[in-house]
Amino acid sequence: MTSSRMSWFEKLLPSRIRTDARGKRNIPEGLWTKCPACGGVLYRAELERNLEVCPKCGHHSRLRARQRLSQFLDPEPHMEIGAELRPVDALKFKDSKKYRDRLAQIQKTTAEKDSLVVIMGQVSGIPVVAAAFDFAFLGGSMGSVVGERFVRGVNTCLEHRIPLVCFSASGGARMQEGVYSLMQMAKTSAALARMSRERLPFISVLTDPTMGGVSASLAMLGDINIAEPKALIGFAGPRVIEQTVRERLPDGFQRSEFLLEHGTLDLVVDRRQMRHCIASLLAMLTHRSLSLLSAPAKTDSIGRE
Amino acid sequence: MKQSFLDFEQPIADLEAKIEELRKVTADSEINIAEEIERLEAKSRQLTEAVFSKLTAWQIAQLARHPRRAYTLDYVQRLFSDFTELHGDRLFGDDPAIVGGIARFENRPVMIIGHQKGRDTKEKLHRNFGMPKPEGYRKALRLMRMAERFQLPLLTFIDTPGAYPGIDAEERGQSEAIARNLSVMAELCTPVVCTIIGEGGSGGALAVGVGDRVLMLQYSTYSVISPEGCASILWKSAEKAADAAEALGITATRLHQLGLIDGIVPEPLGGVHRDVDQAAEHLRVALQEALSELAEDDLKRLVEARYQRLMRYGEYTE
Repeated sequence: MTSSRMSWFEKLLPSRIRTDARGKRNIPEGLWTKCPACGGVLYRAELERNLEVCPKCGHHSRLRARQRLSQFLDPEPHMEIGAELRPVDALKFKDSKKYRDRLAQIQKTTAEKDSLVVIMGQVSGIPVVAAAFDFAFLGGSMGSVVGERFVRGVNTCLEHRIPLVCFSASGGARMQEGVYSLMQMAKTSAALARMSRERLPFISVLTDPTMGGVSASLAMLGDINIAEPKALIGFAGPRVIEQTVRERLPDGFQRSEFLLEHGTLDLVVDRRQMRHCIASLLAMLTHRSLSLLSAPAKTDSIGRE
Repeated sequence: MKQSFLDFEQPIADLEAKIEELRKVTADSEINIAEEIERLEAKSRQLTEAVFSKLTAWQIAQLARHPRRAYTLDYVQRLFSDFTELHGDRLFGDDPAIVGGIARFENRPVMIIGHQKGRDTKEKLHRNFGMPKPEGYRKALRLMRMAERFQLPLLTFIDTPGAYPGIDAEERGQSEAIARNLSVMAELCTPVVCTIIGEGGSGGALAVGVGDRVLMLQYSTYSVISPEGCASILWKSAEKAADAAEALGITATRLHQLGLIDGIVPEPLGGVHRDVDQAAEHLRVALQEALSELAEDDLKRLVEARYQRLMRYGEYTE
């Protein structure tokens, strides 16, 4: 609103009040939202309370990494691991755009430095390191920073002898980092081998989508592999497979339920039960009693440190 | 045997054709043109040297996939004795895209695992173009563990466009099979030397590629995605494969500069297919050297060094 259109009355008001009044008159954008799966019109706040799961059809929307971790972890304490790590353009990679520019742009729009967020915290009072991929950041692709943050997360687990939980959502390796990104598969898998030898539990949660190099490394190496319903999970992308075999892919191919049926997953768990399910499993694996006073999940995002 | 030439070798091909023609003439007539042939052969050598001294990444990618390039079993036949191929993953089946077995290398027993491509159409199909399915990786896993149990050094040979992108492969857990190998190889308690002999296609290559030494033949490639795949995703056109090959840094020289591989095994002039015996001899020397270096270390230290080396992979700032 421009000042010329202000009424004499508004001009009399102190500026702070005026701002408030103006805010109230605008109906906030996105108060209502449409479910991409069933098309149902949903009240935004209700969807948030429901952890971004459609109350009508159960569709699980993709979550940002910090949103995911704040849903999962107890409200505090939180200690972020590897936040200081920044990606570099080691290959001077350029396609239609320079990788450096792509990075700068995506860092600005996502407010993240790379696509994995790792936090040491607690779930229902059980100390854990929890990691989550941010699909909004270059498709959750795995480059050097993702590998290093993941390994530092594992090292924290080894140091404190606590479990690791990782929520993956990734298109795979980050092409712009060439063989460096390929090597992150070996690096993260090696770290998990050490964790396994030390008998520390790793729960891998595969969310939509978990493909390629991330699926073929850390995501499949859980002591327990859990997926959210109907998540796309696989090594090769469906389009690549369709081109190779030249036939239509069966219904539900590479979806969580398909993987469960074929023995790749232990469980398919609804997001609204995920926190409780994992806390209960971790309590048993670490020989603890589960505190009944587990704090409810917060729905707002975890802030950066 | 008739040579087959790639596009960028056309000038060499023309010259070789001329030499061939002259040879026929000499055979038919009394005129001695041996001198002329010798001169042309020298010229052909020079030309080949010139062409091969400035190959682009894309040209090297084509050499790595050359239809006459030596495959795993070609080297096995030349470098090892008493090779006994072992089959099957004990779970589902036997994958001909990966071969493995026990053999002697310089008299010492070793375990061998390698991708295997087919030479003619029938064998190509049988070997699935060197693209393994989960049962291939699980056979490899079984042999790795056997190598550890019987203290056999493990030698792997990498040559695959990638793990097979098919319905059955996904059903049987392609991702898990690859991931499992990565974690087991990282801690395998025996020396592991990996050599990329042709195409090092992404996760499908890495699944038998985690070791104490990683070597590459001079004109082999190692990449996170095929140049064509990368081009169609980032450039929206598979025709930009040459640009993608350059950008991805897939050649032995580039990867050695970046510290991602340990050594480059030289190839005969014009590539392995010009002289497979000589190529095998170069490889023999490189493998001997790697194995004797690793034999000096005690196994615990060896595995720890391998781990630390894996942890160093990556470029970032803090």
